Amino acid sequence: MEPILEVKGLSIAFQQYDAGTRQRRLPVIRDLSLSIGAGQVVAVVGSSGSGKSLLAHGILGILPYNAAMEGEIRYDGELLTPERVEALRGREIVLVPQGVTYLDPLMKVGPQIRRGKRSPEARAKSRSVLERYGLGAETEELYPFELSGGMARRVLISTAVMETPRLVIADEPTPGLDARAAGRILGHFREIADAGAGMLLITHDLELALTIADRVVVFYAGETVEEADAADFAAGRLRHPYTRALWRALPQNGFMPIPGAQPYPGEIAGGCLFAPRCPHCHPACRAAVPYREADGGRVRCLYPEEGGTP
Amino acid sequence: MKAWNSRKKVLLLFCTAAVLLCAVAVAGIFLEGRAMQTDFSQKNLAPSLQYPFGTDWMGRDMLARTLTGLSLSIRIGVLTAAVSAVIALAIGIAAALLGPKVDAALSWCMDLVMGIPHILLVMLISLAFGRGFTGVVAGVALSHWPSLSRVIRGEVLQLRQAAYVRAAEKLGVPRRRVVRRHILPHLLPQFLTGLILQFPHAILHEASVTFLGFGLSPEQPAIGVILSESMRYLTTGKWWLALFPGLALVLVVLLFAGMGERLRRLLDPASAHQ
Amino acid sequence: MKHRLQFAGKKLLRMVLLLLGVSLAAFLLMSLSPLDPLQTNVGQTALGSMSPEQIEKLQDYWGMNTPLAERYLGWLSDALHGDFGVSLLYRQPVLQIIGQRLANSLGLLFVAWVLSGVLGLALGVTAGCFRGRLPDRLIRGYCLLISSTPAFWLALLLLMVFSVWLGWLPVGLSVPIGVEVGSITLADRLYHAILPALTLSITGVANIALHTREKMIDVMESEYVLFARARGESRRSIVLRHGLRNVALPAITLQFASISEIIGGSVLVEEVFSYPGLGQVAVDAGLGSDLPLLLGITVVTAAIVFAGNLIADLLYGVVDPKIRRGAARS
Repeated sequence: MEPILEVKGLSIAFQQYDAGTRQRRLPVIRDLSLSIGAGQVVAVVGSSGSGKSLLAHGILGILPYNAAMEGEIRYDGELLTPERVEALRGREIVLVPQGVTYLDPLMKVGPQIRRGKRSPEARAKSRSVLERYGLGAETEELYPFELSGGMARRVLISTAVMETPRLVIADEPTPGLDARAAGRILGHFREIADAGAGMLLITHDLELALTIADRVVVFYAGETVEEADAADFAAGRLRHPYTRALWRALPQNGFMPIPGAQPYPGEIAGGCLFAPRCPHCHPACRAAVPYREADGGRVRCLYPEEGGTP
Repeated sequence: MKAWNSRKKVLLLFCTAAVLLCAVAVAGIFLEGRAMQTDFSQKNLAPSLQYPFGTDWMGRDMLARTLTGLSLSIRIGVLTAAVSAVIALAIGIAAALLGPKVDAALSWCMDLVMGIPHILLVMLISLAFGRGFTGVVAGVALSHWPSLSRVIRGEVLQLRQAAYVRAAEKLGVPRRRVVRRHILPHLLPQFLTGLILQFPHAILHEASVTFLGFGLSPEQPAIGVILSESMRYLTTGKWWLALFPGLALVLVVLLFAGMGERLRRLLDPASAHQ
Repeated sequence: MKHRLQFAGKKLLRMVLLLLGVSLAAFLLMSLSPLDPLQTNVGQTALGSMSPEQIEKLQDYWGMNTPLAERYLGWLSDALHGDFGVSLLYRQPVLQIIGQRLANSLGLLFVAWVLSGVLGLALGVTAGCFRGRLPDRLIRGYCLLISSTPAFWLALLLLMVFSVWLGWLPVGLSVPIGVEVGSITLADRLYHAILPALTLSITGVANIALHTREKMIDVMESEYVLFARARGESRRSIVLRHGLRNVALPAITLQFASISEIIGGSVLVEEVFSYPGLGQVAVDAGLGSDLPLLLGITVVTAAIVFAGNLIADLLYGVVDPKIRRGAARS
C-alpha cells in the first residue's frame, strides 16, 4: 500500500545563544523516520520534552523562524515542498492542536470553525459537524473561554473535518480529560481514520495510544528508537529496551519506573542515547547506532534480542 | 565582522556608545570657558571650517556651547536617572513586599503621579525646589519613578512566587535576608535596563523644562537655554543656532536609548533564540 | 448590568480621590516653593521703593500671610463650589481663563490625539507582522528617532522649514496678528493650527506604534495564529482577522493613556508656536508663580487624563468578551 505520508531522516534544530556571546545549534529531532498509510493510525509516543510537537509543525511547514529542518517528507508519493504544503494545509492535511489556547480568544467558535466563510453552505456544514460531535448549534455563539475542556477538544476536531482531510495530525489531543472523555475523543479519531484518512497521533500516553493505534513509533530524546505494531506490545515482541521499559511502566504491567532521566537536547553525546539508562548497555553502544529493520518493525538498538524478559 | 554574532556586535556598540558619551561629558567641562567667551567681531557667522556650528549674536562659538550644554545634559541625565531608578527600586520593592495596604497606597501614589501630565509635574517640582539647577534635578529625578517601580513591583511579586523564595520564607529566613540574597540579585537585569532607559527621558525632560525657562539661568549654556535663545533668531534665518545643538542632543539621546534597548535585548532570556 | 455599574462607580470614586490627591500634591509643591512671588512679579527694585503697608497689601493679594492648611481647605471648599479662584497674573477667574484656553487647545489636542492613534496603530501593526524585515526596521528606526527628539526642537525644525524657509505656513499664534476678533475665520484658525497639530501627531505616533508592535508580535507568535497558519489561512487573513482583533484591546488602553502625553507635548509645542492655548498659559502661570491658575490647570488636565483612563476601562468592559460575558453571567 502506498503510504500517504512518508518521513525519512527528518532533523530539526534551533539556533540558540549559550551563556554570553556563544552561539550554538540545538538539535531537537534527529533522524526521524515513519510512514502512514490511508486508514491507518500511527502513534508517536514519547515523554514530554522530547520534541514531538515540532514533528507536527515541521510536517505542516510552520516551524518558528530560528528552526532549520532537514530530511525528506513525501506526501502522496511526492516530495512535500513548502509551496505544496502551503496549498494543502487546512484542506488535505489538518492539525488538531492540544487545547483551547489554539483558538482565537476574542472570536466566537462558529466563525473560527468556518475560517471566516459566511456562505449558507459553510454554516450548514459547521452545524452538522458540531452535531456529529454532540455539540449544539449554540456552541457557535460561545467564546473559547466559555468552553469546557472536552467541548474545546471536540471543537478542535470539528475544525479538522470541515473539509475532507487525507492526513490528520493530532498533537496531544487528550491531556486534562478524564479517561472516558479521552476515550471518546480517540474514538472520533478512529472514525476519521476508518473513513480513509491517515492519522498521526502525537502523545505521551502509550496506554491511550494503544487503544486506537495500528502502529506505534517510540520517540526518545529526539530520536525514533522503535517502530512496532500495536499488537507487538501485548505479545511481548518489543525490540528496544526503552519501549519495553515504557510498557512495563504502565500500571497494569507492573508500574515499574524507569531510573534516570531523558537527556536534554543540548547535552547529547553520541551513540545510543538510552545507553546511560539501559540495563544491557554494551561498550559498542557508545558508537553510532543505526535505525534498522527488525522483524516487521524498526529499531535503533544493537542488541534488540537481549533482555526480552524482565 | 561577519563571523561575529549579534551579541558580540551589541557588546561592541554598547562600549563605543559609552565611551563616546563619556568623551562628550568630559569635553564639555573643559570647553566651558570657551562657551561663554564673546567676540563681537565674529558674531552671527554661518557654519564654516573655523566654526563648524557657527557663532551666535554675541560671537560665541556654537560648537563649544553645544558641547558644554550636552555635557551638562549628560551629567544631569546620569544623576537624575540614577536617583529616580533608586527611588523606583525602593518603592517597587516596598509595594510588593510590605503587604496589601502599603501596596494599595503606593499604587495610588503611582496613579496620582502618572495622572499629571509629565511636563507639568516637572514644572511643579522644579518650582517647589526654587527652579535653578536643584529645581531641574529634583523635578526630573522625582517624577520619573512610577513606570519603573511598576515594572519592579511586578517582577518582585513574580519572584516571591518562585519556589526557592517561598522555601526560604517557610524555612524562617529573615525577610531582609531573603530580599538581599534571593530577590535583589534577580532584579538586577531589570533594574539596569530600567536605569539606562531612564536616561533618554531624563535628558529630554531636562532640556524641555530648561527650554521653558524653569531650569538653569540664561547664562548657563544648557541645550534648552541655547534652543530657547535661538527661537528669537529663527525668523531672521539663523538656522544653525537651532539645528546643530538640537541635532547633537538627539544624537546623545539616541545613543542612550540605543544602549538601553540593546542591553534589554541582551538580558532578555527570549533573545537566546536566534 | 448591576455589576458594571458597580465597577464604574468604584472607578469614579477612585478618580475623585486621585483628583483630590493631585490638588493637594500640586498645592503643597507650589507652597513649598522658596520663590517669592512678589519678587518674581513685582521686581526687586519696585519692592524697594514701596512702603511697608503697600508690601503688606501685596503679600495679602498673593496669599502669603495665611497658614497653609487654611489656604488649601479654603481653596478646596471654593473649588467644590465651582470657584477655582482668581488668577493673580491675569486678574480673571481661573476657570474662565482655562475655559478660553482649553477651547483654543481642544481642537489641536483632539486632531493630534486621533491622528497619532490611528497612524500609530497602523504602523505598529505593520511593523509587528513584518517583524525583522525592512518595513519593521524603517518603522522602528523612525520611532526610536522621534522618541529621542524633544518635541519643542521638532517644532522649531518644522517652523524653520515650513514657515521661515518655504513660507507656506504662519510663524505662530492661533490667529493672524492685527486682525479684529470678529473677522477671524475658521480657515484662519485651521491654518494656524496645522503645524502645532502636525508636531504633536508626529511625536505621539512613536510610543503607540512601538507598543502596538510589541502586542502584534505577541499575537503573531501566539498559538492561535500558529493554528490559523496550520489551517492554511493567508498572512493577510491572519492579520485582519486575528491580529487587529487581538491588538484592539491594548490599543484602547494605549490610546487613552496617550492623552497625558499629548497634553504634556502641547505645553512645549504651544510655547514654540506662540499658540494661545492651555499649555502656553500653564508655562506663564508656572513662571509667574500664579498659584491659583497653575493649580487649576493641573487639576483640570489631571481630570482629563483620569477621565480618559475611566473611559478606557469602561470600553474594555464593552469590547472584551471575557468581561462582558463574565459579568452577564455573575
